[in-house]
Amino acid sequence: MSLTILNVIIAVVIAIGFAALNAAYLVWAERRGAGRIQRRPGPNVNGPLGLLQPLADGIKLMTKQLVIPGGADKALFMVAPVLAMAPAIISFVTIPFSESIVAHSMNIGVLMIFAFASLSGFSILLAGWSSRNKYGMMASVRAVSQNISYEVPMLITVITIVMMTGTMDLKELVAAQSGGIWNWNLIPSLSSPLMPVAFLIFFICSLAETNRAPFDLGEAESELVAGFHTEYGSMGFGLFFMGEYANIVIGASLITILFLGGWGCPLGLFPGVWWFLLKIYMLIFSFIWIRWTFPRTTIYGLLNLSWKILIPISLFNLLLTAGLLKVF
Amino acid sequence: MGAYFTEIFRGLQSLAIGLGITFKEFFQPVVTVSYPYETIKMSERYRGHIELIEDEEGKAKCVVCGMCERACPSGCISLASESVEYEVEVKGEMKTKKKKVLTKYDLNFTTCSLCGQCVENCNFGAITFSKDYNLASSRKEDFHFDLLNRLKERNS
Amino acid sequence: MSGPIHIQPGETFTLNVGPQHPATHGVLRVKMEMDGEYIVKAETVLGYIHRMHELMGENRTYPQVLPNLSRLDYLGALGYTHGHVLAVERAAGIEVPERAEYIRAITVELNRVASHLFWFGAFVMDLGGFTPLMYAIQDREHILDMLEAVTGSRLTYCYYRFGGLYNDIDDDFIAAAKAFIPRMRKSLKKYDALVTGNIIFEKRLKDIGPISAEMCRKYGATGPVARGAGIDFDVRKNEPYSVYPEFDFDIPVYHECDSLARYKVRMEEMEQSLRIVEQGLEKLPDGPIMPAKKPKLIKPPAGDYYQAVETARGSFGIRIVSDGGKNAYRFKLRSPTYSNMSLFDEACEGMMIMDALAMMGSLDLVIPEIDR
Repeated sequence: MSLTILNVIIAVVIAIGFAALNAAYLVWAERRGAGRIQRRPGPNVNGPLGLLQPLADGIKLMTKQLVIPGGADKALFMVAPVLAMAPAIISFVTIPFSESIVAHSMNIGVLMIFAFASLSGFSILLAGWSSRNKYGMMASVRAVSQNISYEVPMLITVITIVMMTGTMDLKELVAAQSGGIWNWNLIPSLSSPLMPVAFLIFFICSLAETNRAPFDLGEAESELVAGFHTEYGSMGFGLFFMGEYANIVIGASLITILFLGGWGCPLGLFPGVWWFLLKIYMLIFSFIWIRWTFPRTTIYGLLNLSWKILIPISLFNLLLTAGLLKVF
Repeated sequence: MGAYFTEIFRGLQSLAIGLGITFKEFFQPVVTVSYPYETIKMSERYRGHIELIEDEEGKAKCVVCGMCERACPSGCISLASESVEYEVEVKGEMKTKKKKVLTKYDLNFTTCSLCGQCVENCNFGAITFSKDYNLASSRKEDFHFDLLNRLKERNS
Repeated sequence: MSGPIHIQPGETFTLNVGPQHPATHGVLRVKMEMDGEYIVKAETVLGYIHRMHELMGENRTYPQVLPNLSRLDYLGALGYTHGHVLAVERAAGIEVPERAEYIRAITVELNRVASHLFWFGAFVMDLGGFTPLMYAIQDREHILDMLEAVTGSRLTYCYYRFGGLYNDIDDDFIAAAKAFIPRMRKSLKKYDALVTGNIIFEKRLKDIGPISAEMCRKYGATGPVARGAGIDFDVRKNEPYSVYPEFDFDIPVYHECDSLARYKVRMEEMEQSLRIVEQGLEKLPDGPIMPAKKPKLIKPPAGDYYQAVETARGSFGIRIVSDGGKNAYRFKLRSPTYSNMSLFDEACEGMMIMDALAMMGSLDLVIPEIDR
């Protein structure tokens, strides 16, 4: 018994460490990447290639005063940033990085990740509402309607995959795709000819779920100043920021596990954690690349995209796969 | 129905084109100058704050006619002078003449709008633009320049 | 569930957009009466950066006002100083050498391109895309470098003088301008592919933010805002001044009245300005840049003088009433953005806040120019 508790503590500490390290250095990667796209160097003063910049930012954020605006709901105002970060860290516990590197493998891993992912919408709602700011309020209403409408096509796509493999265990999902690129869920097969489309839908949804540009309506700095975290300073803002990047890592890991064969090599050779990391960082690069290329959508454009395009197509894909699975 | 799919397709295509452009830019060289470490040479005609020009003896060329003071739209130049007697030889005779000598040339740079009217209105070519642009201070007094003093410092 | 929605008292809330807000690009304040995301009523509040340029014009001698004009609109400053010198030259009857007029036209058009480039970047940033701003600034930097080498400053130029220019242009400038034109054309193609063709961009602007020709006439809107509403009016063509009749260029006009139309007008205007620069460099005559007898003291005869010019933002008018003295008796500036912005209150009623702010971006507001 005591061994299990120790195991859990170690796993949680590693998960927090991994999430925090990723969040800090993804900010650096994002700024460097944006700089390169815009033909400027990005942060390059602190340390070689600016690698100490996240440290400097962290120290700055932590030493600043936490200002709570007058009239704000104090308790909820403090809870909201923690709620943004916590689900992401918990989700890390069940993600298998390789055959052996997984904190706690469960047979309903997919379900658990989605359950915790929907909590991040809750934190945005709380942050916007409790800070007693009109911009924050409008942003939180936007973000919630966005999160709800993008969870639907996302889950429908996941159901399609669960139907094909017959398991909700993340490890088994990856195992079903092992052996090379031709076994990946991304590649259309006889029973699921629309898988690349499903991949695209899932990719778009994970952009929207993590509130990334072009779907960053909760922040929308040119309309709503800073959206739901307008009133947050110091580490409150820092936690939102880290939560965003931790969520990105979760999103990229999910895409990798569901579509890109997890830790498997495209040619079926030397499977291992390095393949997993390579895949998620390539996906994260594409997130960054997309953010610095496109303008922001409107709130109704966003909802139209979900309800009029993504949901019908993903539903059609579900029905088609269900039918074809019976046939073949 | 057809229009529905063509629009989706056209949209995706336009997004792909955009991504292609930024991807190409990603590998282009950086165009910025990292300022405190590198600086750009200012162009010949760059208009900084004004500076006095010296004559052969190292003194200010200015004859205190006051044209710059009058031309300045913001009234940021103030001059002071004193009369000095000096002797010249005119047709073999020594004569005493009076001449104005510049004793103070104050430039209040906080109100200067760098229009260049003073330099243009100077008939004696006694003032010019400096190429100084690294001017920063948190105190107003640092921008009240004593140009005569600056000239002396430059010479010494 | 059809029919108009009647808003009960107390159902709306007031939202102060500005004076410190990322979308207003300066210190403009818009008091919005909001129903959720919808704007019920909007009221623009001005005066946060009022500097009394008109009064300064009456208290100072004519040459002393020269630097003031470039402080109106810091993005397209040369257009405004051009209007001022033309007005005073008309009042005082000063002849301008042809070479000076050509150089004025070339520099004004380059400045117009720079101004539109910055607007393009800021506009796309209003819509949430940050990268095009950086590309636009890169191109604008070439123009600023060229103009700095000639005029001596980068933004608030004080280059034109009554009767001519401060400095002549040199071969370096001509070579740089000739090299710049093809590079800029290439960049415009890149912007078309990156931004104009983008589906998100198009969805946000097409049929959004209607400003009809009727509304433009009501509020006196000019420039790209009016031309996007189908009004074919450009001071350079309709009331020709300077050497513009010598150039062959088109006035882009769109009839869609939406934000996309105003965007397209500006993008095409850049191309037309490049054409003017190209022709100007070709036709550039030799000769002096100041009249043989430099006007010393400017004392226009008593009278009322008006001169309009087409700046990057629209028709800029300057009225000088002289009583024969060294100062103007009345110095009136008709700034285009002031009229263009006035229609915002009426146009944005019933719009969603994000569309309204996109429309505000398409008006190309420069706040110091509104407040003067």
